[in-house]
Amino acid sequence: MGSVRLYAAVAAGSFRRYATYRVATAAGVFTNTVFGLILVYTYLALWDERPDLGGYDQAQAVTYVWLGQALFAALAIQGGGFENELMERIRTGEIAVDLYRPADLQLWWLASDLGRMLFQLAGRGVIPFVFGALFFPMALPGDVGTWAAFLVTLLLAALVSFGIRYLAALSVFWLMDARGVMQALMVTGIFCSGMTLPLNAFPDALGDVVQALPWAAQLQVPADVLMGESAPLGAFAFQAAWAVALLAAGRLLQSAATRRVVVQGG
Amino acid sequence: MGETSRLVDGVRAYLLIAGMWIRAGMTYRVSFVVTVLGNLLLSGLDFVGILLMFSQVDSLGGWTLPEVAFLYGLSVTAFGITDLLLGSSEGLGARIRDGSFDTLLVRPVPVLAQVAADQFPLRRFGRVIQGSLVLGWALFAVDIDWSAPKVLLVPVMLVSGAVIFGAIFVAGAAFQFLAQDAAQVQNAFTYGGTTLLQYPPTLFGKDLVRGVTFMVPLAFVNWLPASYVLGRPYPLDLPTWVTFLSPLAAGVCCALAGVVWRVGLRSYRSTGS
Repeated sequence: MGSVRLYAAVAAGSFRRYATYRVATAAGVFTNTVFGLILVYTYLALWDERPDLGGYDQAQAVTYVWLGQALFAALAIQGGGFENELMERIRTGEIAVDLYRPADLQLWWLASDLGRMLFQLAGRGVIPFVFGALFFPMALPGDVGTWAAFLVTLLLAALVSFGIRYLAALSVFWLMDARGVMQALMVTGIFCSGMTLPLNAFPDALGDVVQALPWAAQLQVPADVLMGESAPLGAFAFQAAWAVALLAAGRLLQSAATRRVVVQGG
Repeated sequence: MGETSRLVDGVRAYLLIAGMWIRAGMTYRVSFVVTVLGNLLLSGLDFVGILLMFSQVDSLGGWTLPEVAFLYGLSVTAFGITDLLLGSSEGLGARIRDGSFDTLLVRPVPVLAQVAADQFPLRRFGRVIQGSLVLGWALFAVDIDWSAPKVLLVPVMLVSGAVIFGAIFVAGAAFQFLAQDAAQVQNAFTYGGTTLLQYPPTLFGKDLVRGVTFMVPLAFVNWLPASYVLGRPYPLDLPTWVTFLSPLAAGVCCALAGVVWRVGLRSYRSTGS
């Protein structure tokens, strides 16, 4: 019970920490709204040419855009969450201090990242989404059940997102330089999460592949549940399977990595 | 005379600082090559997105793939040049917050040159390469009835485009004096601007097109001159001669950005830490 309180405190601290950057949050809201506008117009033109592309109608395509902008910062889709800090701590060796703490490394960072996500969802996500709903026709469900299912997919998406970035961060134990890893996170995140185009609108075989990868759990799956395109239970199963696999892989890599740590005496 | 020598000073300082960072970056050659390739790949992602869209349709807003690639190549190359030369100014807010901006002020070198050359990231050359490759392909693939003014317009667009983006970078940096952790607002205009210009103007609402023509004159980077080159009517029914106004728009932007920068710099108060 005591440890639950510890991780809750870590999450709350992280939430508060991000909440102090008020101007940066407002600036982020502005940027996400601008990018959402640009994307909405391109999608509308695209769906004008090909109505029903990927099984979406125009309202669904618009909803997808604004959901992507709402989740972009929260799920750190192109990176930029806790992992930057962890990679820096591994690179500088400060990680040795973290390993002495009477807390689990993975849970500690998960709690901290969940706190960050929660703030960025509320602080940076809601306004662009509401803006989109006010000025563009969107396909939003009217029943509470679908919204509840959507919230579950968001939580699972958060776990998958964390799982991917934790693995990426731990790789710095071997690579030493984080820049390549961060670039890889950006490329895979933007492309495979469907930030450029919904994954179901990708051409045939490529579409099948990206929809089976874990990145699909971050934007495509929550969007499809919200818009009633896929059944919640199947969606939960897909996300949960990836979350478990990634978190377990993170555990394994963590124990391999921490055995490598050599504390240099001063 | 004084203004000219200050400019020469600034450029010389810029080159020296940039040169220092290039030498530093070259220390780890493999890492450098990998990051340039990574940047090339990263900046190419949005073009992959466009290719994916065109795998499903033949035209977007009435424009074909080579035509969109022409817009894309112009926008990304011009922006890439600016991002390489001035992109570091994004970090100004961070320097103000941690107090290290003060050290730039006491050096006998123009501040803007120091801010722009700070950590000069040669890896950003990847975007210029990627933009030029797409532009090169578009020039071959697109169906244009070339004439002397059209040929001349292509380099003019690249240079004026880079200058217009440069003015936005400088104005954005000046804004950071006011709002110290608002680098994201700058991104909306710089990265957002170049993304917007990658797509045909026919896609966007009239008000948005008006805004980026008359308020933040992004349309002069490629939309207006490229419409002329491609022989397409401009959506706001502007007369043809506006096509040739890009250098003028760039000059005006530069002058305004200079004023904004000075006002911003004068309003700077150190954090005192």
